[in-house]
Amino acid sequence: MLKLLSIITFLPAAAALVGALIIHGDDANAQRQSKLLALFATGATFVISLILLAGFDPSDTGFQFVEEAEWILGLKYKLGVDGISVLFVMLTTFLMPITIGACWNVTHRVKEYMIAFLLLETLMIGVFVSLDMVLFYLFFEAGLIPMFLIIGIWGGANRIYAAFKFFLYTFIGSVLMLVAMIYMYSQAGTTDITVLLTYEFDAGPMTLLGWQITGGVQTLLFLAFFASFAVKMPMWPVHTWLPDAHVQAPTAGSVVLAAVLLKMGGYGFLRFSLPMFPVGSEVLAPMVLWMSAIAILYASLVAMVQEDMKKLVAYSSVAHMGFVTMGIFAANQQGLDGAIFQMLSHGFVSGALFLVVGVVYDRIHTRDIDAYGGLVNRMPIYATAFMLFTMANVGLPGTSGFVGEFLTFMAVFQVNTWVAAVAATGVIFSAGYGLWLYRRVVWGQLIKDSLKSITDMDAREKLMFAPLVVMTLLLGVYPSLITDVIGPSTEALVAHYNEANGIDPNAPVATMHAASEEAGHGAAAHSETAPAAASH
Amino acid sequence: MTSLDLSIALPEILLSLWAMVALMAGAYFGKDRLAQALTWATVAVFVLLSILIGVQEPVAQQAFGGLFVADGFARFAKMAILLSGAAVLVMGMDYLERTKMMKFEYPILVSLATVGMMVMVSAQDLITLYMGLELQSLALYVLAAFRRDSVKATEAGLKYFVLGALASGLLLYGASLVYGYAGSTMFADIAGTIHGDHLPVGLLMGLAFMLAGLAFKVSAVPFHMWTPDVYEGSPTPVTAFFATAPKVAAMALLARVTFNAFGHAPGDWGQIVGLLAGLSMIVGAIGALGQANLKRLMAYSSISHMGFALLGVTAGSEAGVKATMLYMAIYLTMSIGVFAFMLTMRRDGRPVQGISDLNMLSKSQPRQALALLVLMFSLAGVPPLIGFWAKYAVLAAAIASGYVVLAVVGVIGSVIGAFYYLRLVYFMYFGTETDPLDDDGVPAQRWMTLAAALITVLGVVNLFGIEGAATMAAQALVH
Repeated sequence: MLKLLSIITFLPAAAALVGALIIHGDDANAQRQSKLLALFATGATFVISLILLAGFDPSDTGFQFVEEAEWILGLKYKLGVDGISVLFVMLTTFLMPITIGACWNVTHRVKEYMIAFLLLETLMIGVFVSLDMVLFYLFFEAGLIPMFLIIGIWGGANRIYAAFKFFLYTFIGSVLMLVAMIYMYSQAGTTDITVLLTYEFDAGPMTLLGWQITGGVQTLLFLAFFASFAVKMPMWPVHTWLPDAHVQAPTAGSVVLAAVLLKMGGYGFLRFSLPMFPVGSEVLAPMVLWMSAIAILYASLVAMVQEDMKKLVAYSSVAHMGFVTMGIFAANQQGLDGAIFQMLSHGFVSGALFLVVGVVYDRIHTRDIDAYGGLVNRMPIYATAFMLFTMANVGLPGTSGFVGEFLTFMAVFQVNTWVAAVAATGVIFSAGYGLWLYRRVVWGQLIKDSLKSITDMDAREKLMFAPLVVMTLLLGVYPSLITDVIGPSTEALVAHYNEANGIDPNAPVATMHAASEEAGHGAAAHSETAPAAASH
Repeated sequence: MTSLDLSIALPEILLSLWAMVALMAGAYFGKDRLAQALTWATVAVFVLLSILIGVQEPVAQQAFGGLFVADGFARFAKMAILLSGAAVLVMGMDYLERTKMMKFEYPILVSLATVGMMVMVSAQDLITLYMGLELQSLALYVLAAFRRDSVKATEAGLKYFVLGALASGLLLYGASLVYGYAGSTMFADIAGTIHGDHLPVGLLMGLAFMLAGLAFKVSAVPFHMWTPDVYEGSPTPVTAFFATAPKVAAMALLARVTFNAFGHAPGDWGQIVGLLAGLSMIVGAIGALGQANLKRLMAYSSISHMGFALLGVTAGSEAGVKATMLYMAIYLTMSIGVFAFMLTMRRDGRPVQGISDLNMLSKSQPRQALALLVLMFSLAGVPPLIGFWAKYAVLAAAIASGYVVLAVVGVIGSVIGAFYYLRLVYFMYFGTETDPLDDDGVPAQRWMTLAAALITVLGVVNLFGIEGAATMAAQALVH
């Protein structure tokens, strides 16, 4: 069989190698060649990944397209996708050509820049397709290298502080996960994720330094993984690296960071924490739920007072990731679906918002909100695109942002009403900062001299935004495109989780979820959200 | 003594003979004129000997009544020692020529130190151990003070000598205690007197003293104080040598003693070695943070790396020994790459070694900078580079033996360590532009740096098959 996943994963890296070997110098011609090569490679990767999606069978909850080979130190090179991971692969391959398009204006060390992004794509896809724990760690961690360089070399004025903070924050989270992984290896005797998913780690209570630990080893392992994924997500209170990194990173770097790299944390929760340590997850779920609610509320409030557009979008990312963790640790069907949906939607929307900032930054070279105003007078198309993505970010029905938020709310309402209430307050604030940003930048009179001659988006920029607009609207009105693919896998995950925790799945769902009782999962999500979207 | 004994110790004998021949040649034929030729010849001898050792049957053969053994473990360590020694000789030549230090004693002293190391890793007896160790140490003391007219180098040599003599004293005292309580100097007999899985108090005392002496040689905390000063004071080629082959030898010897003589009580010495490992990993990482000199930084870096390697020994298992040997081989590769680069660092013809001299290296020497970047990330233990696999292997062995806390200490140390490796990357890629370093042709060193970086990257595929050799080495040591 054709090794499709290996091809998708390593095609960008191969292109990076080709670029490194055949392109010389840093003149205009070499720069153009590097950009075209990168665009071609990412485009080809996307096309090949479409074959993957076409061949993917959503009704199968196991892993598909599995490849396996012996590797070093008793580990395996094993790749595969299931319903949870396949769409993240698609998200990555879909966004990368757009990202490359966003760096068309870079003139400083272009070849290295493109190579860094191509390598980053390989590493990001690798995270989502790895079926060996250590292989996963390899991809997860190696992504730090290109991202560190992207921020450090091509970033803004305070880039060095941001690059170090980014690297060390994420590194310290991950090494604890590494220790936990090795411990799991010593217990289960394998690093194969497919086996580990069904392995039951000891959950009996244990005592550590005089502390009674409910959930025992599972709780400790959960915490070690949590250290890594929570930093990556990022969750409050370990989110502080994100605004710094975002503000200093170049536009394309911000897009990749927001759209894909943050999703690794959420993916990690779904792939490792929830299925492998269900008891530990159940023990700590209330804590995570509250952390999520605080994140939503706090980050929204902080976003409201930002003077820097990128920082505002970065804080809004923290808030939106709060919905994701909330959905995941509600640990029911809607929660998981909503979390994945939210992650994908956020990939499009926040990526687009960073591009929106990038468009004006390329022209005026400032991200100060105060430096703008009245852009609608000279940039109507830009204003339209900006509005759409602001609305999606706020969660307006009809856009993809609504579905994810709605599903996670439903999910968490069944588990903890108070968390849902606090988080809902955050949504109101999110409308606040989103609309206010839009008002200050786009509406009003165009009185600033620096903006008098600003031009609207050119063809390249329109081309970059078009697919994002389409996806945001399409997913907003037709969410089953996604829920049908992820449904069976999340259903299996929830069943496994409930079984491990001895939860009777029918008891709570029947009372809280009367609207769509026995309906099948994908249809349920569809029937709930589509009419709601239509009614607005 | 039979002819078989001689054939088992053949590599050591040949190398000793070579050192004597070279000494004669150097003394009779106008001294330093021959220095370069002798160095190249020594490189050839090292490579040939490592081939000779490599093609030997990997079965354990005892010689001289069990004082000396040639087994898979010794084979692995000796090949690593010889090859790294050869690499260091090649890359140091240009530097020595330029600084007018190319004397014919240099390759001879390196050869003699190497004989000592080879005897160390084959030792099966306390006396053999001490002979090898002292032969190596005496040659190294002289090498440290090789630049006679420099105060710093003399200070380094003296410091190394005084502290080294103290460590040898501790080791000898420990050995005498062990002999007193076990009634034999042979490792096998010492092991035979241990019943159950705990050591009698007398042996434990002896072992503690011996480990202190050995810890000095691997520069494990708290016996590490000499390392930064000696690294800084010695001429850079000598520093490169200190950082590579002797570390392998000392680590192998430590594993030899603990496993062959005290293998029945891994819990007892595991505590001591574990403490050394934990302290080294943390102190090495923290100590490097404030350094502005590249050689001092590499000294602290090597301290923390030795801590990780000791973690494998601490595990007290076959997997642990395998991990330690892998770690040493990988550490050698990375160190050689970094030191080869340091030997090319000159500004206006004068050698420099400040970290800030790397400013914007990525502009003036993009390929070297990239290679160094890869090596730095590898030293920091970031996957997929081989430095990560070294750390992974020792952590896995330690956790499998139940040293989870120590593993956590180690990874925290590696995060702290990542900071100063990143600082070098920062200077090379994000720094402010200054006068670039000299860029005139010293191809051997440049190629070595590039080759080391390439190995570091490509190692992720199959570690160049070194895993199998390390497994055999571990099997030979741990029965």
